[in-house]
Parts: sequence; C-alpha cells; structure tokens
Amino acid sequence: MPTEIRIKKGLNINLIGAAEPTTSKAVPSNVYSLNLLDFHGLTPKLIVREGAEVKAGEALFYNKDYRPMVFASPVSGEVVEIQRGPRRRILSLRILADKEQKPLAHQPLDLKKADAAAVREFLLKTGCWPFLKQRPYDLIADPDSRPKAIFVSACITAPLAADINYTLKGKEKELQAALSALAKLTPGKVHVSIGAGADSPFAGLQGIELHRISGPHPAGLVGTQINHIDPINKGERVWTVSPQDLVIIGEALLTGIYNAERVVALAGGSIKNPKYYTTRIGAEISTFLYASGVNEKNFRVINGDVLTGRKTRPDGYLGFYNNTVTAIPEGDDYEFFGWTKPVFNKISTTRALTFSWLHPNKKYNLNTNTNGEHRAFVVTGQYEQVFPLDIYPLQLLKACMVGDLDEMEQLGLYEVIPEDFSLTEFVCISKQPHQEIIRKGLDLLHSEIG
Amino acid sequence: MSDKRLTFKKRLHIIKHGLRGKKLAPAFSALHTFLFTPDETTHSGAHVRVADDLKRTMNTVILALIPVLIFSFFNTGYQHFAALDAAAGTPRQLDLMGNFLTWENFWLGFTQVLPLVIVSYAIGLGIEFLFAVIKGHEVEEGYLVTGMLVPLIIPVDTPLWMLAVAVAFGVVIGKEVFGGTGMNILNPALTIRAFLFFAYPTWMSGDKVWVHDAVRLAGTPDAISGETILGALAQNAPYHYSISDMFFGFIPGSVGETSTFLILLGGLFLVFSRIASWRIMLSSVIGALVMGLVFNGIVDQGWIAEGSRFYSLMSFPFWEHLLVGGLAFGIVYMATDPVTGSQTNRGKWIYGFLIGFISVMIRVFNPAYPEGVFLAILLMNVFAPTIDHYVVRGNIKKRLKRLTSATILAGEAGGKAEQLKAETV
Repeated sequence: MPTEIRIKKGLNINLIGAAEPTTSKAVPSNVYSLNLLDFHGLTPKLIVREGAEVKAGEALFYNKDYRPMVFASPVSGEVVEIQRGPRRRILSLRILADKEQKPLAHQPLDLKKADAAAVREFLLKTGCWPFLKQRPYDLIADPDSRPKAIFVSACITAPLAADINYTLKGKEKELQAALSALAKLTPGKVHVSIGAGADSPFAGLQGIELHRISGPHPAGLVGTQINHIDPINKGERVWTVSPQDLVIIGEALLTGIYNAERVVALAGGSIKNPKYYTTRIGAEISTFLYASGVNEKNFRVINGDVLTGRKTRPDGYLGFYNNTVTAIPEGDDYEFFGWTKPVFNKISTTRALTFSWLHPNKKYNLNTNTNGEHRAFVVTGQYEQVFPLDIYPLQLLKACMVGDLDEMEQLGLYEVIPEDFSLTEFVCISKQPHQEIIRKGLDLLHSEIG
Repeated sequence: MSDKRLTFKKRLHIIKHGLRGKKLAPAFSALHTFLFTPDETTHSGAHVRVADDLKRTMNTVILALIPVLIFSFFNTGYQHFAALDAAAGTPRQLDLMGNFLTWENFWLGFTQVLPLVIVSYAIGLGIEFLFAVIKGHEVEEGYLVTGMLVPLIIPVDTPLWMLAVAVAFGVVIGKEVFGGTGMNILNPALTIRAFLFFAYPTWMSGDKVWVHDAVRLAGTPDAISGETILGALAQNAPYHYSISDMFFGFIPGSVGETSTFLILLGGLFLVFSRIASWRIMLSSVIGALVMGLVFNGIVDQGWIAEGSRFYSLMSFPFWEHLLVGGLAFGIVYMATDPVTGSQTNRGKWIYGFLIGFISVMIRVFNPAYPEGVFLAILLMNVFAPTIDHYVVRGNIKKRLKRLTSATILAGEAGGKAEQLKAETV
C-alpha cells in the first residue's frame, strides 16, 4: 500500500505551450555533443582523441577521481571536435554520427545472481553510472559510498516538464530491471513517488517503496520528497535518479547495450505545435525544434524546464539529464511604468495590483524579463509560502552568501540542491539568484568539509 | 506604439549604455527605471520570474497611505478652525459635509502638510542618490515609503529645517551606515521620529503642538488648545471626543495618525495584497488589548487610587487604546516593516505581541511619552534578530535531534555487524 504525502505549500506555474501527448521521431542529428557543464564538479580525462571512431556506448572520457567511471558516446561515429576553454578545460565533445549506428554490446547482467559489486561494475563500464546523482552537494554519486536510500521522483510538477507517465508508458520491464539493480546498491530502500491518481508505469513495480504525492509544485521535486520521507542528516548520503534515465539503465541491464534514445517534450510559448519527440542524448535541438515551428524570432531555448534548465540555443544540444526542451519569448525590452501599472498577463504571488489571483487556472505566456532589478533581501515570509521543506529558506540563503559553514550545516544545506530553491527564486521580489547562491554554498561546503 | 515613444525609449537606452560604469549611472538608472521596467533578462537559475519587484511592493504601501494623507489635509484644517472656535467660546459640532470636508480645511492642511512631504522626500532621496553615486550601487526603493511615513507621524507645525536635519540623521545613521535598504536594524522613519523627539522635545510633545498655530498663538489672547486625548488623560483631565470621533479620526494628533478607520482600511488592503504581515498586525493588536485589559483589571480590583496620576490612563477602556494616539498607525505601517521586524513566521507573532503590549505599557506608565508605540517598535526592532535567532534555533535543534537518533541507529546496526563478524570468525 503506497503511503500518501500531501504537500500544501507551493505554487503551480501554469504556462501555455504544454506538449501534446503525441510523439514523432526527430530527424537524426548529424552531430551529437556531450556538454561537460552537465556534470558539475567533474574533472574529465579523455580516452579518445579527435578523429577517433567510436561505437555507440563506447567510453569517451573518464572521471579523473575515479578511473572506472566512464562516460559513453550516445552514438557511433567520429569524434570531430574537443572544445576547450580557459586553461585547456574540456567544455564539450562533438561526434559526427554514422549513417548506420553501431552499438557496443556488453554482456547483459543476470540480475538474479549479481551482487552489489557486479551491479556497480556493470553500471560504471556501460556509462550508466553518471545518471546516479548524490545528495549532499548534487554531484554524480560516489561509487564507493553506500547511500542510505535511493529516491526516484516519478511525479512531475515542474512547469511544462515532460509527462513521464506518457513518455515511459510500456517501459515497465526496463524500469523494473533498473530499480531491482539499484536496490542492491543500498542497505536502505528505493523510494519511488508517483502522482496521486496518476496512471503511473511505476505503480505495479516490485521491490520498491511506493509513495503517492499530491499538491502543487515543488511536490514533484525529489528534494521535497526526501524531506518528507526520510530527510538527510549530516554524514549521510542519498542517491537520486530521474525516471527517464532508469529506462536507459534498465535497457543496458537487459540487453547489454547503452541506448541513449529518449522521448523529449518540446514545450513553451514560443513553440507552434508543442509535442514529444524521440531523439538521443546530445542531439542538436534544431533537429526537432523547427519541426514544431516557432512563433517568434526572439526566443530563448532552455535545456530543461523554465525553473531549473540551462540556457542554450537552437543549435545547442540536448543535455545529458534533460527530457524537456522549453522555448519561451525573450523579454529584453523595456516596459513603460511596468512597476506601477496593474498587471494581468504575468504571474504573481501577491495581489499588489497584480491580478493572477483572479484566474488560478489561466495559462500565461511568461518571457525571460526579470520584471525588476536585483535588490537586497527586503520582503520576508514570501519564500515560506512556496517552500514545503522543513528548512528556513531565507536564513539558509543568507548563511550561504556569507559562507558561514556552521550555519549552512545546521540550517540544512546537506538536504537541498539548487533546484529546491528554484521556486523561491521565481517568486523573489528582490530578484536574488537563489540557485546560484545555493550552488556556491554547496561547493564551499564540499571543498571545506567534503 | 507611436514612433515618438519608441525613439524616447531608444534614446534613454542609448544614454544608459553611454553612462555604463560611470559615477552618475545609478542616479540616471533610478530615474530611468522609474519610467521603464528595465530590459534585463534572467541569466542564471529560473528563466521566468514573478511580476512583482521592490518598487511595486513599496508603491503598494504608498497607495495604502494615500487615504490617510488626504484625510490629514482635511483634519489639519478642521482641528485648527475648531480650536479657534473653541477659544472664541463657540465649540463646533462636527458635520462631515458642512464643516469637515471643506475647501478651507483642505487648503490649510494642504499648505501645511505638503511642504513636510516635499522636504522629507527631497532630503531623504537626495541622500540616497548621493550614497548610490558614491558607493556605486543602485538607488533602492526603501525611502519611498519612509519618505511618506515621516510627515504623517510628526506634529503638523514641525519646522521644516528641523525635519530636514532629522531626515538627514535618520537616513544616514539609521540606514546608510548599515549598507542601505534591507540592511538597517532600526526602522528609518522611527529613527527620524525618535531624533526629533529627543532633540527638540518642546516641538514634539506637550499640549500645544498637535494643532496648527497653537504654538504660535500660545501666550497671546487668541491662544488655542492643542491637546490630544492621551495628553488630557495623562493629566487626569476630561476630554470631549466621542468614540466615533476617535475611530474616524476627527481628533488632534500627529498629521496622519488620527483616523483609525482609514488606517484599518489601509491595513486590510496591505493584508489582502499580501504585502504586509497579518501576523504582526494581529498579534500587535492582541498585545495592546492584553496590556489594556491588565490595566483595566487593576482599576477594577481597586488596587489604584482615583487620585493616582495613572488613574485616567489605566481606567481608559482597553480597546479604545487602539483608537487614540499613534498605536494603530504604528501597528499597520511601521511594525510590519519586513527589514527591521522579525523575519520568521513564528517570530512575527512574538514580535508583534510585544510591540502592542509595550506600547500601551509605555503610554500608561510614562505620560511624557504618549506615543509609546514608536519607542516600543524601535525597542522590538533591536530584539527582532534575537527572537529570530531562537526561532531558528528550534529548527536547528530538531535537525540535531534527528541526527543523533540516526547515529544511534547506525551505531546499533554497526554494533550488530561487528557481532555478526565475530560470530562468523
């Protein structure tokens, strides 16, 4: 019997341009790219050189701190470019795809016999390991550690994010394989949260602790669920993994092949026909973006959802962890008396001549304008309304800003990652960069305490 | 959109970019952003943001103050002419349309109050601009509200030079030395009020200053009374205002503090618009009522003699405390200042309660400070971080407790593992 979790605090951001539940096959991309920015804190060491021929699933580079952790090529083809930044830091790898895809086949894992060490070794060598993330610090999971539990959020509440109940339909076999394997890596439980009343592919799976979660965003963020199910204490580790990545893990376990294919939602106010596309990790976004048509010239493409995604361009590439690409209008224009006139076309949590409270279900076409300038923290009590974790958000942000390690620890920085502060950042009247503040705080804590 | 407006927008944009990095950039930007919300887009974190900014927040508070300000124009005039009539031996009967909402009252009040508003804004914003240019940060909006509050919480005849000195002191010492808006410990408007009170007490208290011209005419044959209800109570003297006069504000007092009715409307608007904390307002009212009840109880028990100098104030019905003096104004517009108030929801309850409680206490026990509310708020401003500290400690303790129980569990598990190991060996 799944446990019920009800989240009261939060805010659903209703935007126009949600993806229609139809899926097309995206035109295969000529070039695929792995962006190293997707792996925060990683120092990569190259295995291949420019000009090398790789198979799909073959290792491109490894983690300098952990040699067996390799990162696989999403396609077979030729490594055409290794982009480097200042101090020769690797930024991205570009692979020119073959017409005929040649996958690298591993021996499938016999899940019944495999122990934790075998599962770990399999995930590391197939390039599936980087899908596992760890808290604290929001990094790729440390293979030498034993997490107290593994959490999967299969309830998506972020604005315009892909509906995994739709995209993962029929993938029960892969999900079950992946979850059974992961269960061997933790002495604790594998917690999966699904939406209340939703027809979830996770509902019938074995060997997991199922939770039904309801309420507004951020109910679907895994951090909210961890905080309500089994909060992280100092010294503990928890792993998280996204549902769509479980499919890749599961397929690798069952067939021995790392298949970077994934169903991606193309959504947002700038898209004419928002819908789903089947494509691969690292595919050029323009291969499906223009197939749906765009409403305007001046728009922003986001790898991920509007709250946590990373800014990219139409000729950018699908991120390693993303299953949503959002395009919304840019807001780089002035607005005459924008600070004082009544507002009907934007979302607000106040009623200060802002009227979104009159239409709670109206869908908005928000642009990227900040709607005001950066200021010191002034207003209080505003974040708490949308922050369901048992943490004082304002005090934690301030502790991170001044770099007070004791306060950061005591106020619960181990329990959060930047995305948990995406909604407080959205509602912030002072336009403070909450996610950046938390990221820097985590990095500081990691470097000082580890 | 017309071409002309486009070129205006464009022209400002070009000037802004021309000034980038220069000393005057913040000053220009302050004026520019007043006309146009900037073209700034998100670059990290959430790509979309709410419609509100600090300007809108501050503007909402100013909107809530406008009715009070307009009422103060009429009341200033009305109190002046009523006092003249009373001195001439023909006390007035209030007639809202007949002798209150008159052009004569309005004009007198307008010419008396508007200079206070102008001086307050000119000096305060001038200093803000100066600091912004020197320190190279943006002009922040905090003073927009402070500048409107200050003229409303002082006696109408406060000399303009005095106000100017006090504003300069309040903005520099009360705010800028701490780093500007959002960083200050004391409410700047109340710092200004406190400076005036202690530097020029004869202009800020007594029975003359509360009605226009009472000070000027004092000692002359035309002398008029400028007594407030609290002043009368402190001297155990009778007063002749009805409850409805007090509630609607047809009484002498600081410029904008008299109309509890309009302050209540402003408060409801601020709560409805979710700009000010209802927790602070409600708990302040509760605090004031509790203290008033305690005093009423003391009188009922006969613990205090009728001749005592506290008798009138103590026996003043507890709920009427909310109708006289600056208590209501302080609770709605000053105690709710988010920067200087408590920042946690639980802390806000304690903070507000103590403000109401201490206000009435000061008012009763020290009749020299009838406006106890400003001292109570300043005092609680100082204690707000302490209150928050203990509220946040509660959360930290909870986390520590969770950690210890988790470690004990882990320890037990570890112990069992050791035992198992020993057995297998």
